[in-house]
Amino acid sequence: MGLKRKDILGLQEMSPDEIETILETALSFKEILTRKVKKVPTLRGRSIITLFFEPSTRTRTSFEMAGKIMSADVSSIAMANSSVVKGECLKDTILTLQAMKPDLFIVRHQASGAPHFIAGMVKESVINAGDGMHEHPSQGLLDMLTIIEKKGRLDGLTVAIVGDILHSRVARSNMWGLTKMGAKVRFVGPETLIPSEAKNLPVEVYTNVEEGIKGADVVNVLRIQRERMTGGLLPSTREYSRLFGITKERLKLAKDNAIFMHPGPMNRGVEIMPDVADSDISMVTEQVTNGVAVRMAMLYHLLGGTEDAVVA
Amino acid sequence: MTEQISQVMDADDIRRALTRIAHEIIEKNRGAEKLGIVGVWRKGAPLAERLAKIISQIEGVRVPVGVLDISLYRDDYMTRQPKVGKTDIPFEVTGRTIVLVEEVIYTGRTVRSAMDALMDMGRPAAIQLAVLVDRGHRELPIRPDYVGKNLPTSRKEKVDVQLAEMQGEDRVFIVKKKDT
Repeated sequence: MGLKRKDILGLQEMSPDEIETILETALSFKEILTRKVKKVPTLRGRSIITLFFEPSTRTRTSFEMAGKIMSADVSSIAMANSSVVKGECLKDTILTLQAMKPDLFIVRHQASGAPHFIAGMVKESVINAGDGMHEHPSQGLLDMLTIIEKKGRLDGLTVAIVGDILHSRVARSNMWGLTKMGAKVRFVGPETLIPSEAKNLPVEVYTNVEEGIKGADVVNVLRIQRERMTGGLLPSTREYSRLFGITKERLKLAKDNAIFMHPGPMNRGVEIMPDVADSDISMVTEQVTNGVAVRMAMLYHLLGGTEDAVVA
Repeated sequence: MTEQISQVMDADDIRRALTRIAHEIIEKNRGAEKLGIVGVWRKGAPLAERLAKIISQIEGVRVPVGVLDISLYRDDYMTRQPKVGKTDIPFEVTGRTIVLVEEVIYTGRTVRSAMDALMDMGRPAAIQLAVLVDRGHRELPIRPDYVGKNLPTSRKEKVDVQLAEMQGEDRVFIVKKKDT
């Protein structure tokens, strides 16, 4: 009952029990989002600071809303407007903010390991909202919640993650979380976009999209980041789209009741065709709603009390 | 340390208490219109269902039933992290007289939490409270409208309500820890 950890920095180090606890709580929190008064007093008086060194609207807004629904006070720092621009280093930024006595930091940073560095420095809790190419645990969790809602379970399912795996923290978090819960994970993409260490990871690698999604229960498609093109990893978006784009035709190869997921934002026409993105099997909007519920659960478990119980 | 367990209610006692409470609810509200019965998660939920069933047998009116989890509204949430349960109130709270159902009332803090939770869902016309057992020791100015059984207890004791839907049999025990 309850997480016995200070921080949530990645799914790799979490146990299946911990993951299950968060997902169960998240499911019960979804109901709060349907109420007229979307507010529960549970985290009243707790303060949360979000530090996004990389731009984000989805994740940041989702965490903000999650905190506010739980009655916590949330302050978001836009790094571009902060003293980081004047050259203040990460350590000083954190020490300064820590002196304002927050209870939790939510951090997104372009360097893998930055949230871990912060977590080691402060006694307050830290949530990793995406670090470099390393992990994005809340996305992994909300993806798993979405699958459980539609399929009833994770154990024994085949999940194909398609796209730029190499640069994707979403792919890595999904892989750790899903394999821990008994699902089979496939990395599907052009060879230039699959990390070489994939052979040492608990995944099956496919460089042909038809074989990669054949028989899959879930097709989770990653955004092709156009900036990668200049690095010579992809000849053109057109070629990627023709060879790996998820079309209605290709999806017929997956299981009959397969679902389509995408962390967003989507490049319609590149990695995903509009008719699939807007179809009944697309879980994209569900993912966003589940994101708020999952983040509420993460905050609840980290901030919801660690001292000895007082019997009521 | 051993436990001394004594049974204070059996299945028939519970059945009769619930029947009487159902009649009292109908009497006090002059019928069963505009009522809603909400059981406090967990044991309040099956009791709420039973009350609704008895009321529909007596008055021929189906009273809607909901279940309310109050773990997010507890006043000890800062120091305890109870497992979050299910809240499902499939009817409009505003304008209805809500009968909250709890299996045991003790300090009254759970009822306070339940009222706060209900107020966040709408504006009930009135809130009434039905409890199977009142064991005394109130710490807040809260009192039930309908009581199955008054059971004076000491703080060292615990009242254990077992229900057929959950534990297989309807029984109420008082459990006292004794120093050997």
